Amino acid sequence: MLLQLHEPGESPAPHESERGLAVGIDLGTTNSVVALARDGATEVLRDADGKGLIPSVVYYGDDGAVTVGADARRMILEAPDHVVSSVKRLMGRGTEDLKTLAGTLPYTLDVAADGGMVRLKVAGRTLTPVEVSADILRAVKARAEEAQGKGVDRAVVTVPAYFDDAARTATKDAARLAGLEVLRLVNEPTAAALAYGLDNAAEGLYAVYDLGGGTFDISILRMEKGVFQVKSTGGDAALGGDDIDHAIAERFLAERHKEHGIESITAGEAKQALAAARVAKECLSGRAAGDWVIEVDGKPSRHAMTRDELESLALPWVDKTMAICRGVIEDAGIEVAEIQGVVLVGGSTRMPLVRRKVRDLFGREPLADINPDEVVAVGAALQAEALTIGSDTLLLDVTPLSLGIETMGGIVEKVIPRNTPIPVAMAQEFTTYQDGQTAMAIHVLQGEREMVDQNRSLARFVLRGIPNMAAGAARIRVTFTVDADGLLTVTASEATTGVEQQVAVKPSYGLTEDEMANMLRDSLVNAKDDMASRLFAETAVEARRSVLAVQAALGADSDLLSESERQDIDAAIAGVDRAIAAGDRDAVTAASEGLEAATKTFAERRMDRGIRAALAGMTVEKLDDALGGE
Amino acid sequence: MNAPAAAQIVSCWSCKGPVATRALFCSVCGAVQGPGTIDHFTRLGIAPSFDLDLDALQRQYFGFQKRLHPDRFASKSSKEKALSQAQATSLNEAYEALKDPLKRAAYLLNHLGHPVDLTACGTINDRELLMEQMEKREALAEATSPDQIAKLAMEAESEVIACQCHISAAINASHLEEAGHLTIRLKYLAKLAEEARAKKTRALRLP
Ligand SMILES: Nc1ncnc2c1ncn2[C@@H]1O[C@H](COP(=O)(O)OP(=O)(O)O)[C@@H](O)[C@H]1O
Ligand SMILES: [Mg+2]
Ligand SMILES: [Zn+2]
Repeated sequence: MLLQLHEPGESPAPHESERGLAVGIDLGTTNSVVALARDGATEVLRDADGKGLIPSVVYYGDDGAVTVGADARRMILEAPDHVVSSVKRLMGRGTEDLKTLAGTLPYTLDVAADGGMVRLKVAGRTLTPVEVSADILRAVKARAEEAQGKGVDRAVVTVPAYFDDAARTATKDAARLAGLEVLRLVNEPTAAALAYGLDNAAEGLYAVYDLGGGTFDISILRMEKGVFQVKSTGGDAALGGDDIDHAIAERFLAERHKEHGIESITAGEAKQALAAARVAKECLSGRAAGDWVIEVDGKPSRHAMTRDELESLALPWVDKTMAICRGVIEDAGIEVAEIQGVVLVGGSTRMPLVRRKVRDLFGREPLADINPDEVVAVGAALQAEALTIGSDTLLLDVTPLSLGIETMGGIVEKVIPRNTPIPVAMAQEFTTYQDGQTAMAIHVLQGEREMVDQNRSLARFVLRGIPNMAAGAARIRVTFTVDADGLLTVTASEATTGVEQQVAVKPSYGLTEDEMANMLRDSLVNAKDDMASRLFAETAVEARRSVLAVQAALGADSDLLSESERQDIDAAIAGVDRAIAAGDRDAVTAASEGLEAATKTFAERRMDRGIRAALAGMTVEKLDDALGGE
Repeated sequence: MNAPAAAQIVSCWSCKGPVATRALFCSVCGAVQGPGTIDHFTRLGIAPSFDLDLDALQRQYFGFQKRLHPDRFASKSSKEKALSQAQATSLNEAYEALKDPLKRAAYLLNHLGHPVDLTACGTINDRELLMEQMEKREALAEATSPDQIAKLAMEAESEVIACQCHISAAINASHLEEAGHLTIRLKYLAKLAEEARAKKTRALRLP
């Protein structure tokens, strides 16, 4: 256990009626959106001006104040070193990844950090991407609470389908820091499909093309009678509109250099140039040409650009997405002609070039009738309703990237191939390669390449206690389990002795439990909410379940009890109810144990009767009636 | 008859009463049960056969997932969440193994007590198969025009289908030995067909 913050007598769990509905959150690179579903009708939660998008930008004031959204974005030009944007690009990234990201990030990184997770330097503070994302999520949560007039503590949060395990874990941690329980991480294209499928009663094969500010995803799904089955998915977790902004800004700066000679430019000026580039790009979606001003060293310069010029700058990026689309169609084992519709998601799909290319590849006019900025949050809200209230629809998703472990010679052996339906568990056997080897290092990797150093390292651990045997004699079974959130757990055991070790894959680029505990403690309000109410809620759910189970058993078999035995059980049930009402976790645990003891004999008699009935060949069929599909 | 019936009764983890080992839910308290170790056909509620109606298979799979997937247990206790994850995992494993003809043939033969090793290729028979495959692969590698490639892809595809028919016939006639050889043959044919299809797609893309 991390923290012991729960004081006896404190009653942290809100009553169901005071609890707001679970919401759907699209935590985007550029913009975040929160939506709510009620009786299947969805609503994007907006500010007073009717804006649904919350820019994923955070301003950190010198006085410790934190501002999120449009106000923070306005500060980019004024106080660039106090503002963080596009932090999603750093989720789950390690300091080693920075080489590939160098130059594309509009903020200062703490390069001194030793391995592990990236840290940002902002306004004299050092922050992890998880903390910055948590600040965004707090603002999103506040909007949801204002809209409902109630506390909101549960959400479905979306992630790019192509997010790796480290980035998913980082997203879940950020939500936890912000005081939100993540009911499910849903892949963004899948959420968009859910919003489309339910709205249009679509059936058949669909592609969802999602090009945002910092990520690209493509998924092929089969939609059928309430089932959304992902066939294949692909993407690039670092490709989006931001890249096009860079290309434009570079072009503008190059033009200046011709005029003014080489200038050294500050981070603030670079951010301003990027902002101008973005405005230019967005304008050129609506008109054919224009000119824009950037400023270096107090000297403004004017730059003209036509849509054709923009398109030739953007083409390499868009072509990259097209190549990924082809691969994903091939992975799905289908022909383009079988695809019945292409759904466009993400602000960058407003570019005419993107629409044209998508239309050419899929041979049909793409669908964009739900606002591409909001469709992901709408789908997430539908899923939040499905998870809390119930639903007939079902999302069946897949692993976006292959998972494997390092073997001899730095080669990766795949354990779970990409596009495997989740949840999934697969095992592979490995052996020792030295006589008397008693420990084995296990290196967990994610990616499609053959060599270890070309893939993403997720975690390393050592299985110890292997019995002394000849090389090749030990049988080490490594099991990979991916849950419905797409998160990986790895266990390893030696078959002849049963030595076992389990790791939830987290360390390489994630926060350690200690860091998480410290962060929770730093935001004390949340820490109390998070730990105390979560622990209590879990215990109470379990206690209620056992009360209901005993009551059901009494309904079926109470003739097995004498009057006084029955009274003992009723008293034990009342004890559990009292403890739950008092909000005392330890008392609930004790009362549940009391109930178990009070029903022990009852359970034995029920089993005896069940077995006797089965021997008489009578009730197996009846007991079996829960078996069977439709 | 009676003794196995008793062996099929276990105690429900939730209400502690009797429940059939194969039950998905306890008929008394409604709690989801663990997946247990049953064969893939039983898990998906279909009769063991190579000739499966794939639509029916998918309907069964969706039907079970609709009741057992973790999304149905999001507000339940952690034990129920874990059991539903285990159930959904087993359903995925069963569906993946049965929907693909090659995996299905191998699984069914194993189920019928005649395991096939899809990694082995040591016998004379297999060597002949390898020669045949090498020739075909060479032909595919040398093909350059889209028409040629498309023709080879179609041939490969129809050989796959023919081989599946032979497997079906062999299994139905209880010639399991022969079905085993044919399954190994299917593995190579399917791989070639896939490569041909990929090459065809690439050829059509380039103008
Ligand atoms: N009209 C437009 N034309 C071209 N690009 C646009 C337009 N509107 C928004 N964008 C781009 O879309 C991206 C943001 O899309 P969004 O879906 O909100 O991103 P994310 O999912 O990454 O938060 C930015 O790069 C933005 O410049
Ligand atoms: Mg997005
Ligand atoms: Zn029960």
